[in-house]
Amino acid sequence: MIEATQTALTPSEVTKIMSTEALAEYRQKLQAQYDPNAPMIYVCCGTGCQAAGSVDVVEKFREILVGSAWDGKVVPMIKPTGCHGFCSRGPLVIIEPQDIFYQRVTVNDVQEIVEKTVLNNELIKRLQYKSAGAKESITKASEIPYYAKQTRLVLKNIGRVNPTEIGDSIIRNGYAALAKALTQMTPQQVIDEVSSSKLRGRGGAGFPTGLKWESCAKQEGLRYVICNADEGDPGAFMDRSLLEGDPHSVLEGMAICAYAVGSHRGYMYVRAEYPLAVKTLTTAIRQAEALGLLGKNIMGTGFDFEVTISTGAGAFICGESSALMASLEGKVGRPRPKYIRSVEKGFRDSPSNLNNVETYANIPSIIANGGNWYKSYGTERSSGTKVFALTGNVFNIGLVEVPMGISLMEIVFGIGGGVPNKRALKGVQTGGPSGGCIPIPHKIPDINVGYGKLAEVGSIMGSGGMIVMDEDTCMVEVARYFVNFLVEESCGQCTPCREGLTRMKEILDRITQGDGREGDIELLEEIGKFTNNFSLCGLGTSAANPVLSTIRYFREEYEAHIRDKKCPAGVCKKLFHYEIDPDICTGCGLCKSKCPVKAISGEKKKVHVIDQSLCMKCMECYKNCKFRSVKIM
Amino acid sequence: MSGTACVCQEIECREIEIDYNQLDKIIRDDYGGNKETMIMMMQAIQRVYRFLPEAALKYLSQVIDVPLTKIYEVATFYASFSLEPKGKHILTICTGTACHLRGSGGMVRHIAERMGIEPGKTTQDLKLTLETVNCVGACAVAPVAVMDEKYYPKATIATLNDFMDRLDAE
Repeated sequence: MIEATQTALTPSEVTKIMSTEALAEYRQKLQAQYDPNAPMIYVCCGTGCQAAGSVDVVEKFREILVGSAWDGKVVPMIKPTGCHGFCSRGPLVIIEPQDIFYQRVTVNDVQEIVEKTVLNNELIKRLQYKSAGAKESITKASEIPYYAKQTRLVLKNIGRVNPTEIGDSIIRNGYAALAKALTQMTPQQVIDEVSSSKLRGRGGAGFPTGLKWESCAKQEGLRYVICNADEGDPGAFMDRSLLEGDPHSVLEGMAICAYAVGSHRGYMYVRAEYPLAVKTLTTAIRQAEALGLLGKNIMGTGFDFEVTISTGAGAFICGESSALMASLEGKVGRPRPKYIRSVEKGFRDSPSNLNNVETYANIPSIIANGGNWYKSYGTERSSGTKVFALTGNVFNIGLVEVPMGISLMEIVFGIGGGVPNKRALKGVQTGGPSGGCIPIPHKIPDINVGYGKLAEVGSIMGSGGMIVMDEDTCMVEVARYFVNFLVEESCGQCTPCREGLTRMKEILDRITQGDGREGDIELLEEIGKFTNNFSLCGLGTSAANPVLSTIRYFREEYEAHIRDKKCPAGVCKKLFHYEIDPDICTGCGLCKSKCPVKAISGEKKKVHVIDQSLCMKCMECYKNCKFRSVKIM
Repeated sequence: MSGTACVCQEIECREIEIDYNQLDKIIRDDYGGNKETMIMMMQAIQRVYRFLPEAALKYLSQVIDVPLTKIYEVATFYASFSLEPKGKHILTICTGTACHLRGSGGMVRHIAERMGIEPGKTTQDLKLTLETVNCVGACAVAPVAVMDEKYYPKATIATLNDFMDRLDAE
């Protein structure tokens, strides 16, 4: 994250906060300096927007507004923020107080934004958001369906606070819940409040958080509080977004947990692939310690809690609790059998409470507003909200926070905006590499997303990855992709996982290459069930899910690959070819001009033909034909 | 103090200068010689040399009193460590689910063919290392390529070719 240069709210000006009253006074002082009607320019600087050039956009705004050339009366504050979640439209700029939303802003747009919008309140049409198929563009961020249909509890600060400025968090009640817990509640009351919220672990397994804390608090001796920020599921990025956009909520949640379970040492285990998150967290911890909100004698209450960051080194298995703790000790991350749970004997053989980033980030609001408030969102068995990373073949890619129990179709169509390129929805894959594919809308019309419901249809909640797949997705290939991922990431110590995955990969490779044999499906099912039943850790016991769930719902696709040697979706290159339907082709010539190997011939306004000996099946003609005359055969 | 170590792994024999003062700084000053931070020490060493030289690992083993076999176990277990010298430039292509669905596999194959190296390997002239990563969490702008730590959203074979052309011109 970029260093802030403009705001006056730097912690260096204040001495340590020595009481909870002093925190409240400091908050009031900051709030008094903050005018909600003052112009403010928020620029998203999450990984997605940074990749699209948002850092340069911030610099350009500063250059124009902070530099001498600026003669406007009120200098708007420029706020680089964490990920707003609407990554496919980045870089995003929101202008307050009008709540004007601009998307895909480049350095070249900045001058115009300042001249027209900031100075003269004039809108720039081309930067505004338009829903798919809509004629009118939408002005306000809060009116965009993608945002309007979400319930943002855990993501509430993201996009509004500068994560490198602790003052921003404090203005929005940061550390107030910790102050409340430390002075008005006993550790047991904190645990009871969390239990009553019915919050379940957001990392995937869905274990009740209050129960876990309760068992950890019962242990004797030194205890550890550990945050699992090893977000390894490909396609999931809610933890990254929280760490980069609102690190103080996570740290506050950990501190509250430490108070509840009686710990003074915390560890944050972050993926090495998230350098920006590590940097933001480091700054956040430094600032919180400087203010006395973390470290020794927090807010003068006598409670100590220190947090250390530890980085991973690229191993998916380290997201598993016992592997993570081994890795924290500087060892290889191999899971151990769980006769003894890590709340009894974990890191350094001491009782350790491990929760996921999103779980901790939920804690401050639960303590501030009460468990009953949290429980009022979601369903009986799955309370609260969950952040999903919506990706794949869907219009609006990004993070969505919704109450548990929401319909999956509503997520895909209502919030996600549906499937692009006039393709049909084939299914949604949830739960990362160990999850399953849910065949909405054809075989299952819809489901309400919750821990129990997802398990019923053979998938899992996982960390909240949600990959939308359209009709051009080959389910056998998807299963092969996930199994291949797991083969590489399996630690290899137990036979069912190591051998089961390798054999399944061999079979799936063969099927997608056109060498599938009768009996392969049954063999995959047998190996899959064995792997899931007899592996040591969570990775192995869910490793066959992608295979078993695709066989369960898309068996006919496997059969087409094996018996007919056809890939109906047109993905497995050896198992299909393209043909132009002469009844539909208008002879527009677009495919001919797009073909990189000149395999298409035909005169203007006459039917075109593909030369099969030249075609490399790159999909260009198929994707570009406006009349869908290119057929997969 | 300084010494040399020979790294004869698949590439022609090269001598690597090891600066033991710098190693001491990493191991003792930055991480207090604490065994538990060994993974981060190794990451710091790798940032200096772009791989883990044998001599540096031997020295690490002596200072923190961890058997060299344990250090090699860690070095070979975690995907981000390399025991072979890496190239001056590192091209990482994301092969996470979203990137995979949008064709990152084809980009990996293209660069592998063009540069004549398998993913995970380095060119003979030590100019380029081609790596794949399982997800950088920027799925919205898939497929993502990371060239020398700079992210390239919605990368295409053309984007990568530009980068390779620049490399060739160096």
